[in-house]
Amino acid sequence: MADSTTSRVSFTLDSSLDSVNKVELTAEQTAQRAGFDEDTATHVAMAVREAAVNAVLHGNAYDPNKHITASFETTSDALVIRVADQGPGLDPDSIPDPLAPENILRGSGRGIFLIKAFMDEVHFRQLHPGTELTLIKHRRPAQPGN
Amino acid sequence: MSMKVQTRQVDGVTILDLSGRITLGEGSVTIRDAVRDVLAKGSNKILLNLAEVNYIDSSGIGELVSAFTTVKNAGGELKLLNLTKKVHDLLQITKLYTVFDVKDDEASAISSFTK
Repeated sequence: MADSTTSRVSFTLDSSLDSVNKVELTAEQTAQRAGFDEDTATHVAMAVREAAVNAVLHGNAYDPNKHITASFETTSDALVIRVADQGPGLDPDSIPDPLAPENILRGSGRGIFLIKAFMDEVHFRQLHPGTELTLIKHRRPAQPGN
Repeated sequence: MSMKVQTRQVDGVTILDLSGRITLGEGSVTIRDAVRDVLAKGSNKILLNLAEVNYIDSSGIGELVSAFTTVKNAGGELKLLNLTKKVHDLLQITKLYTVFDVKDDEASAISSFTK
């Protein structure tokens, strides 16, 4: 298939909680328009919110001179959402396992875990500076051989 | 939508009726302040009624955990009441469901606190 893109929208936003809320709402609406059921759309929105919080809070540290970008792409077989910041970079391998007994009572550190729990694929890319997360939700489970 | 907290006392237990979203910048700080306020007034038996909490994010989960440990460290007990399906599922995914003492009936929840 040469190009299965059916729609794409992107935003450049301030490093603020208003931006987080806008990105979350857009994710939920995009998932609903793409035909995902209510529970799945909610999970996608939650994952995207976590990614946006990471970008605003941990990436850009609310720096008014830095922005986040968010893009929403609906294809024939998936919803692809990218969230990027201009921060110092995130090493996903350095994040402690929030399910480990020694971490279970920590007050933070569950964002990336929830993103992975709710999405089918999560990819990290270093932007120098910044980090881009790509979150993918397939329209249906991938079938072996297809 | 922001979060609201209403406080009531039943048989020596402070019940915080929460409604709305518990998220970064919205409900998280509200919960923290409410629990600290209860402890400051000398009560350390706290029941968080989450029946009207329809959304929680990782910051909100972290705030519940922090409240739990804060109350425990103060020699008290913090329990959860009436989880919505979304919150229940999140606590299951994060393996916190068995960490918290979760109740679904207010009367039995109140009687379960140490006398």
